[in-house]
Amino acid sequence: MRLLSLTLKSMRQRKAGVALTVFTVALSVFLLLGVERVRTDARLGFASTVSGTDLLVGARSGPVTLLLYSIFHVGEATNNITWKSYQDIRAMPEVAWTVPLSLGDSHRGFRVTGTNSDFFVHYHYGRGNALAFASGQPFSDLYDAVIGSEVASQLRYKVGDRIVLSHGLGGANLATHADKPFRVSGVLAPTGTPVDASIAVSLEAIEAIHVDWHSGIRLPGMEASAEQARHMDLTPKAITATLVGLHSRLSAFAVQSAINDYPEEPLLAVLPGVALGELWHLVGTAESALRVVSAMVLLVGMSGMLTALLGMLGERRREMAVLRAVGASTRTVFALLVMESTLLTVAGMIAGVVLLDATTAVAHNYLLATAGLVIDQNPAPGEWLLLVVVLALGSLAGCIPGWIAYRRSLADGLQVRL
Amino acid sequence: MSTAQPLLRTRALRHFWPDGGHALALEDLAAARGESLFLHGPSGSGKSTLLGLLAGVLAPSSGDVLILDTSFSSMSAAARDRFRANHLGYIFQQFNLLPFLTPIENVLLGCAWSAERRKRAGGTHVRMAAEAQRLLSSLGLGAHVWSRTKTGELSVGQQQRVAAARALIGGPALLLADEPTSALDASSRDAFLKLLLEECAIYGTGVVFVSHDLALARHFDRTVALASAPVES
Repeated sequence: MRLLSLTLKSMRQRKAGVALTVFTVALSVFLLLGVERVRTDARLGFASTVSGTDLLVGARSGPVTLLLYSIFHVGEATNNITWKSYQDIRAMPEVAWTVPLSLGDSHRGFRVTGTNSDFFVHYHYGRGNALAFASGQPFSDLYDAVIGSEVASQLRYKVGDRIVLSHGLGGANLATHADKPFRVSGVLAPTGTPVDASIAVSLEAIEAIHVDWHSGIRLPGMEASAEQARHMDLTPKAITATLVGLHSRLSAFAVQSAINDYPEEPLLAVLPGVALGELWHLVGTAESALRVVSAMVLLVGMSGMLTALLGMLGERRREMAVLRAVGASTRTVFALLVMESTLLTVAGMIAGVVLLDATTAVAHNYLLATAGLVIDQNPAPGEWLLLVVVLALGSLAGCIPGWIAYRRSLADGLQVRL
Repeated sequence: MSTAQPLLRTRALRHFWPDGGHALALEDLAAARGESLFLHGPSGSGKSTLLGLLAGVLAPSSGDVLILDTSFSSMSAAARDRFRANHLGYIFQQFNLLPFLTPIENVLLGCAWSAERRKRAGGTHVRMAAEAQRLLSSLGLGAHVWSRTKTGELSVGQQQRVAAARALIGGPALLLADEPTSALDASSRDAFLKLLLEECAIYGTGVVFVSHDLALARHFDRTVALASAPVES
């Protein structure tokens, strides 16, 4: 009789124990791979907050600083880029497209980005995903605003609602642009990027709400109504930063150094990927924490698996004695137990992976909407290694009962005392 | 007789238990091919240990066991396992079947680890299954019983017959039996023993039968009292 069929038949006899063990292994694998996927996808998601953009240009500061204020909306720009510099960058032959970003206003804690409709075309995130509208459309009127998904869900806004922007980024007691209310023209679908927590309006709108302002205060006696502002020259004088797309990636370094050496104004061009990498390095502690969690999950999961496997051995002492008596060698007994633990581990691994895939498929949208986390259904690169480790440990776990059975069968002889 | 065609011989067997307090010294035993031997001793006289030593599962502390002129002490553990699979059948006191196999599968387990015994039992799976069925019928277990799928549903007496068939399939040279009738009542015990010994005679299988019940001695060629005494270790 083949060892495999003997093992399978024996396992069929112990359905409950086998199911419990497989479940334990499946749960361990599920947790282990789940933590690993969240970890990898958190990093990947972070690294691809901006994708498809070749250069990020702002006033000269540091790469991380530029990235923080222009993309992550953390902190404030120290300086702006003049409209002329922006036009000069736009006019460079290597440049395919630019998306201007003008920051400085907010609405109930969410930042307002002044931009143009190219933003919805060229701002990509993740694996080259463009922004999508959950409802409505891009701004068409001067006083139209497009809100991110988080803004919509937290403030319960929908298309057609009127909102008033505040001057500056602080919390309370901000001067408002109450005279020039905006209409929500569109709500963006969740992206898991800072776009979710921002409001996009046109550059001209940013200009319009500030026509009667100077140096951060509203000029008395110079008020211009919303309607009057429509007829004024709304060409921006300055913007905060710009996303730049090139015809060819190969020219990125050349364009970067050309912008960094721009004679009329100190500018800084950075490769977003490089700057994101630097930033991730800073916040990488979270990743290390997840790694520690992974290791603990592995330890606990494997202990549980070993406990379940060892528990089963007790039931099998008599079986082993019988097999020994009919001529099975101690090595055969050992092989039977290792085979069983390997089978249980493999079954548990398959169940765990299936469970994980099912869960990610089901929870994908929920996680994106609530945690801003894009969990990919593709296996993370480190998963195979983890699965190999689990399999090795599972088989090794079988060696322990195998070794105990070996020792016992020598001591017990053919007598099994119960 | 036993010197002409020796099946089994022991030489100055001694066994010490790992706890150190007890030890067992055994008088030399001998049996010829096809001879049935009744080993009699009270409980605790080391009968099961002796069978473990004769089966080559336990290694003696000193002395040697020779079966078919082959010395266990000269063999490796793996070689002893092979030898046991080829030449020995073993019947336990009780609970000795794998409940998740069918009765026929349990019987066939007896030659699972021995090509030699498979050959003697017919070689092909079909023939071996037929031989297993024949053995079960000869031992008093009809087709209506063994065709039931679950071994665990059989009565103790029926299980003991399946165990005997497993020990006998493929005609081993020596059958070791450890009180296999203790769970049976007197009449079925005698009937079972009679059938068992008849089957042994067909194959020329020698028997070492261990029991505390002297009433069984009359079925055997020879009776040996297990005169072992605890010795100082």
